Amino acid sequence: MTSWFTALGLPFGWAWFIATIIDILLIALPLMLAVAMIIYADRKIWAAMALRKGPNVVGPFGLLQSFADGLKVFLQETIIPAAANKGLFLLAPIITFTVALIVWAVVPFQAGWALANINVGLLYVLAASSLGVYGIILAGWASNSKYPFYSAIRAAAQMVSYEVSIGFVLIAMVLWAGTFNLGGIVEGQKGHILGIFNAYGLNPLLFPMAVVFFISSLAETQRAPFDLTEAESELVAGYQTEYSSMAFALYWLGEYANVILMCTLNATLFWGGYLPPIDWAPLYYVPGILWLFAKILFFFFCFSWVKATVPRYRYDQLMRLGWKVFLPLSLFFVFLVSGYLMLTRVGI
Amino acid sequence: MIQAIAFYLFAFVVIASAVMVIFSRNPVHSVLWLILAFFNAAGLMLIAGAEFIAMLLVIVYVGAVAVLFLFVVMMLNIDFAELRAGVARYAAVGLALAVALVAEIIIAVSAWKVGGIELGRRIAATDESIPNIEAVGRLLYSRYLFAFEAAGLILLVAMIGAIVLTYRHRAGVKPQNISAQINRRSKDAVRMVDAPVGKGVEL
Repeated sequence: MTSWFTALGLPFGWAWFIATIIDILLIALPLMLAVAMIIYADRKIWAAMALRKGPNVVGPFGLLQSFADGLKVFLQETIIPAAANKGLFLLAPIITFTVALIVWAVVPFQAGWALANINVGLLYVLAASSLGVYGIILAGWASNSKYPFYSAIRAAAQMVSYEVSIGFVLIAMVLWAGTFNLGGIVEGQKGHILGIFNAYGLNPLLFPMAVVFFISSLAETQRAPFDLTEAESELVAGYQTEYSSMAFALYWLGEYANVILMCTLNATLFWGGYLPPIDWAPLYYVPGILWLFAKILFFFFCFSWVKATVPRYRYDQLMRLGWKVFLPLSLFFVFLVSGYLMLTRVGI
Repeated sequence: MIQAIAFYLFAFVVIASAVMVIFSRNPVHSVLWLILAFFNAAGLMLIAGAEFIAMLLVIVYVGAVAVLFLFVVMMLNIDFAELRAGVARYAAVGLALAVALVAEIIIAVSAWKVGGIELGRRIAATDESIPNIEAVGRLLYSRYLFAFEAAGLILLVAMIGAIVLTYRHRAGVKPQNISAQINRRSKDAVRMVDAPVGKGVEL
């Protein structure tokens, strides 16, 4: 888009600046719309699984429910507890929301369509998602209240634990891909399985890693069965207990933006991203972004499915799964994958 | 131009937040300022063309180390009055340390021969087409292989040491035995009996 603006006679710096701003808006605004619709979809899926109707009053089929909720929250009064640390209390939801947005900069939506096509794309994703924990810790501490604080401690331990195994899973995948660039990772999956399927996930050495990554991404986004940070039977509403109005809405938006992001990462890293599932020429006439959306929606359906069917973990079970099951397993697969690659690609 | 602005912005924020780490009264705020300093240092690394180091700085320091700092500081109940009470006693030692540090900084700065860092360019002489990660990897696994592996070994020893020091084997605790639970079958645990009236069942 920069070239289009330079063709209009703008100097390169300004053209780049304006084009980047437009690109950011082109990602962020549809993302917000997607979050609103995905909250609606989430509620409809749970309702269907519980044989209920779900939201069905506002708009046709209740489609406008999320917007009505947004308007309601917007009109509410922001209450800040007297004992809270005011600055940090307001900063925390902003951090969560911002972090949920900035990761999208490196996601490739179609061949060559990424806001920032950087070499260290995957590391950037890890760096940005490791910031997400601050929104929760700060909320818990700044609220100066018991339940949010417990929740913050749980969240910190949980996210740090699962990031370790996510890191090893990604190392196994990156070893195979040979690049940290997300676009390069997607292109590397083209015809990866026998020249037919476009997915690392179907590779027998990487399939277990894809499963571990899916489960870890549930833990990373604090979705059921790992939603111990907002376990309503123990912690009221967890770190969100003291929040109201727009601050609360920012948590909601950030949380769902993170969920969509994790679905996108699942699709991009292991299941071919914007490539069609099968490497067959006619399928490439469908724009890649539609394939990516289809995969995101599939993973989101799985997220909702899990939430609707699986009971919550106990905290020690959560820690056991992260440290005693996923960590050794992913470490083992790092060795296995690198050993296999040494054998086949480099030779002895 | 933009790079120069970004450089001075990051550098200013690093120094300012480092100063705030020392001067803020609340230790949690101190840790948060420290995180801001780490973050902007990562920005400086990016400008110097070391994107790999920048990302690692954020992942390791901001994402893991500082979280643990924050974790500990938040849970400690620090009594500020008690902390300040000892100032006079430690002032001499503190002053000596500060003088030594300032002297070191002065020596280091006066020995500056590197020249201005060219912003946005790599200083190390690697081919521009090789990505940063690959350049670092090639150096680490060839010239510095032994140093690198020794560092890994030292960290491993430190980790095992920490586990050995903190692990306590307590008697009388009944932990959950997951495999025993999963392997338990209903025939081992449940018995169908027809209890005769007035006699009950022998267990």
